[in-house]
Parts: sequence; structure tokens; C-alpha cells
Amino acid sequence: MGWTWTWFHRLGSPPYIYGLAARLTPWFAWPAGALIVGGLYGGLVLAPPDYQQGDGFRIIYVHAPSAWMSLMVYTTMAVSAGIGLIWRMKVAHAVAASCAPVGASFTFAALVTGALWGQPMWGTYWEWDPRLTSELILLFLYLGYMGLRSAIEDVQRADRMSAVLAVVGVVNVPIIHYSVTWWNSLHQAPSVMRLAKPTMPPSMLIPLLLMLLGFTLFFFAVLLVRLRGEVLSRERSATWIREAVSP
Amino acid sequence: MSEFLDMGGYAGYVWPSYGLTLAIVVLNIVWARRLLARSREEARRRLAMRGGAT
Repeated sequence: MGWTWTWFHRLGSPPYIYGLAARLTPWFAWPAGALIVGGLYGGLVLAPPDYQQGDGFRIIYVHAPSAWMSLMVYTTMAVSAGIGLIWRMKVAHAVAASCAPVGASFTFAALVTGALWGQPMWGTYWEWDPRLTSELILLFLYLGYMGLRSAIEDVQRADRMSAVLAVVGVVNVPIIHYSVTWWNSLHQAPSVMRLAKPTMPPSMLIPLLLMLLGFTLFFFAVLLVRLRGEVLSRERSATWIREAVSP
Repeated sequence: MSEFLDMGGYAGYVWPSYGLTLAIVVLNIVWARRLLARSREEARRRLAMRGGAT
């Protein structure tokens, strides 16, 4: 208990976080790049065409990772926002604020790549289907969160108000995930994230797993860079800033 | 090669999907670096305004 508590306190310390984030970034960024390049090659070249969808199924290698990012980033944002609210931890609020633009952009990618996949396979770009609609609501939650933050001048107030929105909005995450099981949806059921064995052969599955892991590491690399910016802009008087910004 | 680019007739759906997603990956790198650079710039200004009083 003793050392975990000390560690928790150090994580709350801006200079420690600023330095740690800088040191950790390359350890996420380079493996992310390698995994994404490998995943793209596997997905576009090595994987065989699908027996029903032909080469059209290859959209999965960008659509599924984007959709995964939209949910994983939101969950990270809501948990950090919650920690920020409960323990009044500035760094946790900085993490939450760092998540939003990343999550919003990949939610947009998930929606557009989904539309581009839907047109040839379902015959429509858009349908007011439970999965599609709940994912669109997720985009609005991200945009609402960012809009609320930018509308409030005082950073601490913006942190608290936007954190409440992030925490309340997290109910949408399980709704999106289970939408294809609970309701009769156009969208296919999960083929990777399921308790039983995945339904894909390894030649199709491995590139997808590389992309999912690559995007996840990419998120943490981007998060660490953004976090340094957010931490720096929350410090008004600390003398360590002088060290941080000295060229 | 042209067969690869044709994507079995799905080129008009596959390539825009990849293009958009990779553009968003690149944009996230640009945005993150810009945010950090801007915060450093702003912090430097705050320090300068206090005229090295610290």
C-alpha cells in the first residue's frame, strides 16, 4: 500500500509527469509505426479476399481500429475525468482533455469508413440503425465536451464541468458495443472481440490485430505529447516550467 | 499492380477509407505537436512577463 500511494502522488506531480511523458513517447510511437506498417501490408497484400465481400472487406483494417479507438479513447477520457473529479487531480483532468480531439477524429473516421463500407455491401451509406446512431452520438459527445471546454475561460472550471459531461456520457459506450446484440442491426456482429473463438482465419485476423495494437500504441504516443502541453498550460507559477521550456 | 489498385472493383470505397484514416493519423501527430509547441511558447511568454522575478 505504501509504495502504490507514493506512486499515485508522483503521478499527480506535474514536473514528474512532464518528464515521464517525454521519456515514454518514443517507446509508444515507434512500435505503433512498425505495427501499423505491418498491419497495412498484411491487410492490403497478404490477406486473401473475402469469399463474400471480395476485396471490399479490406476496409475492416481501417474501420475496426478507428471504431475501437473511438470507444477506448472515450473510456480513458471518462475514467480520467472521474479520477479528476473525485481526487481533484489536475493531471487526471489534463489526461481527459488530451483525449477528446483524438477520440473525436477517430470517431469521424469510423463513421466515414463505415459509410464507405456500407454502400457496396448494404446498398446505403447511412441508416438510422442502433450501432450507427449510437456511434454518431459518441461523436456529438466528443464535440460537446470540446465545445464546453472552449466555452469556459477558467481552466479549473472547464475541467470540472467537462468532466461531468464525460462521466455521464460513458453510458453510451456499452450501448454502442452491445447495440448489435441487443437490437436487430444492419451492422455485423463482432468477429474479433467475442468470448468464443474469432470467426476469421489467421491470415485475415493477424493484420487486424496488428492494426488494433498499433492504433492503441499510437493513441498513447499522441496522448503523452498532448498531455505535456496540457500540463504546461495548467501551471501558472511553478518554477519547473523554466526548466521545461528552456531550449 | 493495376489489379491491386482496382481492389476487385471496390477501389472507390477501399482507397478513400485508407486515405482518410491515414490522414487522420497524420493530423493527430501534427495537432499534438502544435499543441505542445504552443503551450511551451505561452509558458515562455509568461516567464518573460514576470521579468525573471522568480
